[in-house]
Amino acid sequence: MSNQGKVDCGRRRLVVATAAVGGVGAVAALVPFVSSLLPSERAKAAGAPVEVDISKLEPGQMMTVEWRGKPVWIINRTKDMLDTLPKLANAVADPKSEKNQQPDYAKNDTRSIKPEIMVVVGICTHLGCSPSQKFKKGADEGMPGDWLGGFLCPCHGSTFDFAGRVYKAKPAPTNLEVPPHVYLADTRIMIGEDKKGA
Amino acid sequence: MKKFLIALLFAPIMALASSANVHLDKWPGSVGDKAALQNGAKLFVNYCLNCHGASYMRYKNLMELGLTEQQVKDNLMFTADKIGGLMAVAARSDEQKQWFGATPPDLTILARARGEAGNAGAGADWLYTYLRSFYRDENRPTGWNNVIFENVGMPHVLYGLQGQQVMNHETHKLELAVPGTMPAAEFDKSVSDLVGFMVWMAEPQQEFRRTLGFIVLAFLAVLFVVAYALKKEYWKDIH
Amino acid sequence: MAAGNFEKYKSDGSPAGNALEWLDARFPATSMWKGHLSEYYAPKNFNFWYFFGSLALLVLVIQIVTGIFLVMHYKPDAALNASGVPIAFASVEYIMRDVPGGWLIRYMHSTGASAFFIVVYLHMFRGLIYGSYRKPRELTWLFGVGIFLVLMGEAFFGYLLPWGQMSYWGAQVIVNLFGAIPVIGNDLSIIIRGDFVVGDATLNRFFSFHVIAFPLVLIGLVAAHVLALHETGSNNPDGVEIKANKDENGIPRDGIPFHPYYTVKDIVGVVVFLMVFSAVMFWAPEGGGYFLETPNFYPADPLKTPPHIAPVWYFTPYYSILRAMVWNFFGLDAKFWGVVAMGASVVIFAALPWLDRSPVKSIRYRGPITKAMITIFVICFFILGYLGTLSPSPMGELVSQICTVFYFGFFLGMPWWSRMDKFKPVPDRVTMK
Repeated sequence: MSNQGKVDCGRRRLVVATAAVGGVGAVAALVPFVSSLLPSERAKAAGAPVEVDISKLEPGQMMTVEWRGKPVWIINRTKDMLDTLPKLANAVADPKSEKNQQPDYAKNDTRSIKPEIMVVVGICTHLGCSPSQKFKKGADEGMPGDWLGGFLCPCHGSTFDFAGRVYKAKPAPTNLEVPPHVYLADTRIMIGEDKKGA
Repeated sequence: MKKFLIALLFAPIMALASSANVHLDKWPGSVGDKAALQNGAKLFVNYCLNCHGASYMRYKNLMELGLTEQQVKDNLMFTADKIGGLMAVAARSDEQKQWFGATPPDLTILARARGEAGNAGAGADWLYTYLRSFYRDENRPTGWNNVIFENVGMPHVLYGLQGQQVMNHETHKLELAVPGTMPAAEFDKSVSDLVGFMVWMAEPQQEFRRTLGFIVLAFLAVLFVVAYALKKEYWKDIH
Repeated sequence: MAAGNFEKYKSDGSPAGNALEWLDARFPATSMWKGHLSEYYAPKNFNFWYFFGSLALLVLVIQIVTGIFLVMHYKPDAALNASGVPIAFASVEYIMRDVPGGWLIRYMHSTGASAFFIVVYLHMFRGLIYGSYRKPRELTWLFGVGIFLVLMGEAFFGYLLPWGQMSYWGAQVIVNLFGAIPVIGNDLSIIIRGDFVVGDATLNRFFSFHVIAFPLVLIGLVAAHVLALHETGSNNPDGVEIKANKDENGIPRDGIPFHPYYTVKDIVGVVVFLMVFSAVMFWAPEGGGYFLETPNFYPADPLKTPPHIAPVWYFTPYYSILRAMVWNFFGLDAKFWGVVAMGASVVIFAALPWLDRSPVKSIRYRGPITKAMITIFVICFFILGYLGTLSPSPMGELVSQICTVFYFGFFLGMPWWSRMDKFKPVPDRVTMK
């Protein structure tokens, strides 16, 4: 105990070396614990791409499939519905889909691969409620008289058109998300997967 | 006196420990042999998975045997449609109970369950012996019996490969009465591959676990050197 | 060494110094640091046997941390899933396969359970050979026995959770032991199980005890154990009280500050322990079928008992004592006396401070009788432990009865044999060997 108080370089070097090696070990020991917080194989399997057959989806109809625990809407839009989209260019917040809420192949006027078939995640971009269908024009479903058809989020009143574009001055910050999807055949869509290599 | 007491106490212990067990043939394979494991996987899917589930195992895990996703889908997936799906059994357990008198056990971790205290690896030997020890027995509802698992509910699913054995009641040994499609050595190799697959499936990360052990031990050895030097340095003070 | 007697920290003017001064004015930070580490004077002659206290603390931390992460994925549910497997059992395999890194966390926890008992048994053996339980450390010893009892409960509850065959039938047998208590026995075992057999209710309450109740008590007892030890100061391999010989500053002449001297020494011990621990965990996680018993890879089946049930290795000595009792006394049957003997064999450790009448503490200065008795005791303990893993047999029963007699003879005869021995003179100061 005679050399207490004096700085001993050899001793300090050893303290630093032990702390450094021990620190590396401590960080390595964290790996299994942190990785156990990631989605498990079961979660990944449940989140696997979903194949959908849309051959029975009539024009004007919508179907909902589950992908990663979220509702994905597939809407077979009529000519009438599609015609509403250009008219709303000034009413919606992001008419050209500038914000990154869709894959590049859906960054177009109809936000879809095929103009009539809309594939969109039915979760409001505000706080995660699922909007409800308000397909009828006008005030029939409790909407304003100039309503052209689309979706209303029941939680905080955001409205969306038939392309999932959010109206201006609504709480939702962005358009509804278009999930990655690909046509395996004319009436079979794989949701959650892009074209191979894309 | 002390030595005498120790001897007195240990002698009967030795006698207890040496009680005879059923003789098991040593499983000749290893879980490091990928080609054998692939062959075993094929046998397992073809012969076992119809009645037994492997319901903690995902088809995806089979890719760890060096197979591509497409190979797994084309060659090993018959009932399931998703690569991430579990290797569950197609048959329903209550129906099976009627057919066999008992629900066939899940096989995912059977190789571990068949180990024994003091020899956790004995499960592989048991399976290797069991699958080669079926013989014809007309008194059994399935027509089959097994030397190391008497009155087993399971029929001999591999008899097409092995042929049909009968019990010689004088020598108490099995004899091949009707040959199968495989010569004995080839059949033994196939069973060994199948057992290898089951050992692997019981803990798919076991090879990685052993490798990781070497890395961790090497790291701790380095840590020991510096920690010991540190201790020596400080303890120079103490007399 | 009361923690409040140290000077409060005075800042040197740096931001860190100011922060520490602020903290120290409101919380006994430096005084606790000094009282328990940098100015806690431990005898300088600690040997190999003195590593196991800090190692037990390390294992406790490992168990708590890994346990927290296992609870995130484990489900205490005896109902069957779609594949016909109990959900609890399947969730363990889910951890082993589907959770990234889950297998490693689970093996740490299962290996840690056995490691805990190995370390604690060695720690207890240290106390036995150096007389650490003797005055003035009786209370430290009693807290320690309390820790041991709670640890046994903790291990027992935890062993049910994987819901394998051994979990199920082990719990069934142990809970039924309580049925041997006259009059209230049957009702008591029903209250423990919450059902007429071990079932979902049992699994859920054992889970609750395992993750909340017992760990809380365990941590409290560990704190009390350490506080009581630091009040009296540590014993040492010579059994000399270092506080009897202090220098002019009131510091024991044979004492050295725990920090840094024993911290750097314990780090070496920790690294060596981790090497052994890792070797088991990575290369033999089943512990040869003793740490993870192979029948536990079958899901629990209430209709089929495995051919051979044995408790986990750390319980087998007491289990052998239970099985050794085959006689009826005083109108009560052997089952009852087995339970009494088993309970007594564990609790009797608490009486050691009053059973030992030797004039010296350490085995270094005690004679051949003590050495022989401790040797025989340890051998009997091992034999009982080994027999407990085997199926019952007439020879095993006889041997376990002999060992049981030695086991209790060791304790109950101690007031006499501990005085009869030849003793060597104890030095005034500790010796460095």
